[in-house]
Amino acid sequence: MKSSSARACDGADAITGRAVSESHRAIEAIWRIESARLVAGLTRIVGDFATAEELAQDVLVAALEQWPVSGVPEKPGAWLMGTAKHQAIDLIRRRQALERKHEEIGRDVERAQEGLDLDAAIDEEVGDDLLGLIFMACHPVLSREARVALTLRALGGLSTEEIARGFLVPVSTIAQRIVRAKRTLTEAHVRLEVPTGPERAARLGSVLEVVYLIFNEGYSATGGEDWVRPGLCDEALRLGRILAELAPTEPDVHGLVALMEIQASRLGARVGPSGEPVLLLDQDRARWDRLLIRRGLAALERAERLGGALGPYAMQAAIAACHARAATAAETDWPRIVALYDAVAQLEPSPVVELNRAVAVGMAFGPAAGLELVDSLVHEAALKSYHLLPAVRGDLLRKLGRYEEAGAEFERAASLTANVRERELLQRRAAECAADRMAG
Amino acid sequence: MRVLILAKEGQQSEAAAPPTPEAMAEYQKFNEELVKAGVVLEAGRLHPSSQGKRVRFDGKKRTVIDGPFAETKELVAGYWLWQVRSMEEALEWLKRAPYDGGTFEVREVVECEGM
Repeated sequence: MKSSSARACDGADAITGRAVSESHRAIEAIWRIESARLVAGLTRIVGDFATAEELAQDVLVAALEQWPVSGVPEKPGAWLMGTAKHQAIDLIRRRQALERKHEEIGRDVERAQEGLDLDAAIDEEVGDDLLGLIFMACHPVLSREARVALTLRALGGLSTEEIARGFLVPVSTIAQRIVRAKRTLTEAHVRLEVPTGPERAARLGSVLEVVYLIFNEGYSATGGEDWVRPGLCDEALRLGRILAELAPTEPDVHGLVALMEIQASRLGARVGPSGEPVLLLDQDRARWDRLLIRRGLAALERAERLGGALGPYAMQAAIAACHARAATAAETDWPRIVALYDAVAQLEPSPVVELNRAVAVGMAFGPAAGLELVDSLVHEAALKSYHLLPAVRGDLLRKLGRYEEAGAEFERAASLTANVRERELLQRRAAECAADRMAG
Repeated sequence: MRVLILAKEGQQSEAAAPPTPEAMAEYQKFNEELVKAGVVLEAGRLHPSSQGKRVRFDGKKRTVIDGPFAETKELVAGYWLWQVRSMEEALEWLKRAPYDGGTFEVREVVECEGM
């Protein structure tokens, strides 16, 4: 292991920080391919995620030092894993030298031995380690923000800087979040394991939630200048696709993948020429990504075949699929969407679902019916500062010809969103209402 | 980003016979690794160019040309569509492919406007 100062200099950040030469870019790419497996394997050997990550960073620093001189090895993955294992053994020997408690040494050595014997297995049977690593990064002992950061870091191989950029927060915030998360995992003695039995469903729920949080932040950015940040969507999709391979019999995983694939199919159509948001019904459907729709529908079918049709993500994916199947906005099967929202509302009642349902009812049975439902939500505490409530209400009022009230609602919605592009859109709609009023 | 991998397998591109079972098994193992890494969006193999057609455009004129086509080295035998973070990542994956001949072309797919 390197000196503590080298360790403090985070290897992944060193890559993005320095002027990237060609070989550094190659190393960065290899790192992204290998880092999750490396960290997962190391966690199994040394038992503790924080130590494993530190060792992995040391291995990266070693590659950054050696490869530009010696050239990239023929099997870079094997080189990284081999070097990592040596580092792990060194560490365990040093622990021995420090005369740690005997029983602990016994365990460590055993684990290291096991790691060595599994030389070949590490390349072949990494599935469970990887899955264990995902469960670890999304462990309920961590805060939601910490789970997101750690997942992108450990599974996505993203640097602290890249995560910070994705979520528009200072690098130091993410760095601290990760340091604290690692400490929490160590203190709580969280082990690399794939939960089984009754615990599994809840733990898997946490994993899926984290992946969808990442996706959503990319799909409709809650803040900042850009309406979408496709990079985060790509990361979430990749995580989802990996998860679907690691846990192929879990219907909810396929439900989530289906939802993300179908939503991502609209990314290109969701943004206008000058970066402004384009709402679903106004989108040019020729620009929807057919490949992603097809993948999404296939994933949805898989979820349903596994008995997961009523899973929370599969239900939403089924709604998204209704839109995907409609060649034009006018052909949308709104009654079916209402029925699906009815089911979602029964399974997982929430004011946001009710609001979405109201939109569908407004489309299926007329704006007055939609407005009646929205009006019943106006005093919901959970929607108090939710900008889409006045946005939906404004839309329905406008359709009913109540332009003045509609304009006021759009203004209110604009004042509630933190996203610049969305605010502009809502202000434009308020202005349109004023124009409607003049014309009317 | 998305990249399209064009497999230009030389003579194999034109062989009517499918690849040997061993070669197929190797390929499938590699493809599986890519799928597990969330890289593959789509993959496919093409029939030999003897079954292919070309349409040449010249102003308003269209000429249909029957295969096979002569430039064996340039003929595509199969393709992959990959989702990767960088061209370098695509290259690192491709270098691991179990092929001992041919040329594989990596081309970035243009993202639609507004992305």
